[in-house]
Amino acid sequence: MIRLSHRNAWRSLALAALLSGASVLAAPGALAQQVTAPHATGPVQPSGPLPGQQGESRAVQADSDRANAVREANITANEYRAAAHDAADAGGMPQLDFGNPLMISQVVWLLVIFGLLVFLCYQFLLPPVAAVLEDRRQRIAADLDAARDARAEAEAAEAGRRDSTARARAEAQASIAAALQAAQAESAARAEALAERLNRQITEAEARIGTARDAAMGALREVATDATTALVQRLSGLTDGAAVSAAVDRELAARNPRTGAA
Amino acid sequence: MAAEGKTIDALSQFELIPVLGPVGRAVGFSQSNAHMLLAVGLISILMLVGIRRRALVPGRFQAAAEMFYEFIENLVTGQVGHEGRKYFPFVFALFMFVLFGNLIGLFPYAFTYTSHIAVTLGLAATVFFVTTIVALALHGRKFFGYFFPEGAPLWLAPIIVPVELVSYLSRPVSLSVRLFANMVAGHVLLKVFATFVVLLGGLGAIGPVAALLPLSVNVLLVGFEILVAFLQAYVFAILTCIYLHDAVHLH
Repeated sequence: MIRLSHRNAWRSLALAALLSGASVLAAPGALAQQVTAPHATGPVQPSGPLPGQQGESRAVQADSDRANAVREANITANEYRAAAHDAADAGGMPQLDFGNPLMISQVVWLLVIFGLLVFLCYQFLLPPVAAVLEDRRQRIAADLDAARDARAEAEAAEAGRRDSTARARAEAQASIAAALQAAQAESAARAEALAERLNRQITEAEARIGTARDAAMGALREVATDATTALVQRLSGLTDGAAVSAAVDRELAARNPRTGAA
Repeated sequence: MAAEGKTIDALSQFELIPVLGPVGRAVGFSQSNAHMLLAVGLISILMLVGIRRRALVPGRFQAAAEMFYEFIENLVTGQVGHEGRKYFPFVFALFMFVLFGNLIGLFPYAFTYTSHIAVTLGLAATVFFVTTIVALALHGRKFFGYFFPEGAPLWLAPIIVPVELVSYLSRPVSLSVRLFANMVAGHVLLKVFATFVVLLGGLGAIGPVAALLPLSVNVLLVGFEILVAFLQAYVFAILTCIYLHDAVHLH
């Protein structure tokens, strides 16, 4: 609205001072409202036309007509002024002097002039302002709509970016996990293969050891049988092969229960 | 005419004087009516010149025109509701006419037509007739129910109806007297203090110094009168809106 700065305040104060100073000037003497004309007391009688001076007499006639009109006007004005002064002298306000014919005419003219203003307002003064305001309102609304659309668009783009980022991150995670899994699977497979090979080698080795021991045991049995046979022969001269081998078997079984059956 | 032989004449400023010479005298065209025409001219200039460029971003003139427009528009729509839109130009014309009458009168040598009871009563009567005609046009015979509220006991009618009638008929009186009295009081005060300045100024050596006091009072009074000018125009407009609301909605 209106900014009240110091400067404005001083300016308005100065304006008020100017106005009141001028109203002081207006106070002592109001404008003189004298209609300049000779104060005639009666109708101006044109002198009779002189012979051969028709034009001049017409001019004189016109002059006297004008003088009469001015005199009558003066009388009316003086009557008005006198009436107003009477009212004022009587201590009454000029506003309450309803006998003054100017009072009635003032109201009639008021209705005419105010009617004119109302007509002007309806027809010419207000529609353009309404149009301008409506135009501005629409412009602002359109701009706001555009801004709102742009913001929605930006938000959508932002959401899309966030989505794609999330997707990329998920993909990265997934590929990392897959790579890890693959690596783990590979290492597990390799470890398994290694373990299997080792196991196989162990089994093979055990088998080799087993055969070697069996071979050794077999050889031991033969040697033992032979030695026992020889000993029995030397000691007793008997050669009972079956008994000796059974005894050796028994002995071996007692010593080595694992191959007891063999 | 202010200091006629050491007397204070504060009322002669309200005298009606015919203008435009013999023609004006013949049709009774006083300086009051001349100022009315001036006000209409100024209002038209403000609105037409202000909105001439139809700028999207208004300048000073356009901002002033739009400010007046929107102020009264908000007043009318706020008081009367959306049905009041068609009476908005009427209220606008009233407000501006009263406001410019009050403001023009503050200029020296100018005449304040709103200081005449005949003028304010003419305006108030216009408002009265307009609101009554609007009410009759909208509600027909139902309008007379306005003077007797629905649901009141019937035996109270002899009391209620006259009271309502008197309050309805006193609207134009209060409307007109308020404006008239405010304007007259303000201008009489201004004139009285201006006369003091002149009288004190003629007191010899000490005069001019002593005259400074009533002069400063007058400076403050002019500011106060500007405030009153706006305030009274606003009161006139808002009361018109309230009466229109009653006419449109019947309570």
